[in-house]
Amino acid sequence: MFVFLKSMWTILMHSFRKRETILYPEQKPYIPPRWRGRIILSRDPDGQERCVACYLCAVACPVDCIALQATHTPEGRRYPEFFRINFSRCIFCGFCEEACPTYAIQLTNDFEMSEYERHNLVYEKKDLLINGPGKYPDYNFYAVSGLAVGKKEKDEESLNQKPPVDVDDLML
Amino acid sequence: MEAVLKPILIIVAVLVVLLALAAGLIWVERRLLGLWQDRYGPNRAGPFGLLQVLADMIKILTKEDWIPPFSDKWVFVIAPAIIMFTVLVSFAVVPFAPGIFIADLNIGLLFILGMSSLGVYSVALGGWSSAGKYSLMGAVRAAAQMVSYEIYMGLSVMGVVMLAGSFNLREIVDAQQNLWFIIPQFPGFVVFVIAGLAETRRLPFDLPEAENELVAGFHTEYSGMKFGMFFVGEYLGIVLVSALTAVLFLGGWHGPVLPPLIWFFLKTFVFIILFILFRASFPRPRYDQLMSFGWKVMLPISLLNLVVLGGIVLAGGF
Repeated sequence: MFVFLKSMWTILMHSFRKRETILYPEQKPYIPPRWRGRIILSRDPDGQERCVACYLCAVACPVDCIALQATHTPEGRRYPEFFRINFSRCIFCGFCEEACPTYAIQLTNDFEMSEYERHNLVYEKKDLLINGPGKYPDYNFYAVSGLAVGKKEKDEESLNQKPPVDVDDLML
Repeated sequence: MEAVLKPILIIVAVLVVLLALAAGLIWVERRLLGLWQDRYGPNRAGPFGLLQVLADMIKILTKEDWIPPFSDKWVFVIAPAIIMFTVLVSFAVVPFAPGIFIADLNIGLLFILGMSSLGVYSVALGGWSSAGKYSLMGAVRAAAQMVSYEIYMGLSVMGVVMLAGSFNLREIVDAQQNLWFIIPQFPGFVVFVIAGLAETRRLPFDLPEAENELVAGFHTEYSGMKFGMFFVGEYLGIVLVSALTAVLFLGGWHGPVLPPLIWFFLKTFVFIILFILFRASFPRPRYDQLMSFGWKVMLPISLLNLVVLGGIVLAGGF
């Protein structure tokens, strides 16, 4: 009998507790730094597109929401002619970011991308491409790996790579 | 002229206030449940979310009103009307303040008990005519619950009748001028509140609905405003039982300083809030627990209460 009264008292005292609700549009919730939100395409520190149009992100994408077409500059550097992400399909799994060999495609912690019309959720390259290097400010893919293209030699100075491991050594 | 106009005016005022109250209670309940669960509840539409009531009403009025082709159509349509009718008619004998009541019936209390018993037809017929398993189970539960709880609801009130010497609700209130009946009749009060909970099919006694097990119980097949009428009927039932508790046990409109009508509303509201607190606090019992609690605990308590009180009254105690 008194158990009932006690539980009613406990519930009543909850009136004076702090609210758990975050009043969203006025009060922003905490977003962890590794949050997987709106996808962007980043640039090298020298301002060129990082994307080499290798299609790995489109292959990795489990819902097939990435479409792109490769082309190349007169010097032979590959870049996407168009790059299209259909965010009405995207599940924000981050597989594209993991697949990307050049850190070009990255997920940010912006999640406020609602639209009134469905076709507005299809982002073209101009919507995706940002002016900065994103999460990896010093990384320059063409400087640390890849091939010399056209008149440009590979930058051996900043290569900073260990020689390949001889697998048989590890057995000792 | 005034003799005709005044009752009509009171009837209209009571109807308007009650229906507005029943709609407003949806908001009150959601806000209070939010408060007790460390949330806010609806707070966006209008000041304090008050316009949520309007939004809910527009929504439910514009919903598709679907009658299942396999149902018993006439009964299906009439069932929700019965609960509205019985609850609204019950308010006719409730004295709100001196001079503010619709009918000064000499068997007012019996009338209300009878009307609230008729209310079970709404639930039972609604569930039966839906021709669905879950609806039928809800209806059967409602009928069984009513049968067992109606008995001690009536018995718990008899103590008050003994003390006041009348079935007339106005005279019962007048008899409490010096002493509220909650003091000599505390067991009766407790039994009445619990029976009232069962009567209005509110949590923890909402077994006829029991959404976790029976989808929505007796109103599974209902939609649109027919469902809305069950809903409004339930909230009006809460108001009725709260008002009755105030009239029978807390001296109705009696109270110092404030005008009688305000006192009546204050007391009624305390019980409405208590009902919502019950909902926030207790889990739903199993069906056999509910039945055995009614027959084996509440019925003996109310009978014992009657016997003891009868002895005291016979000995000239009151």
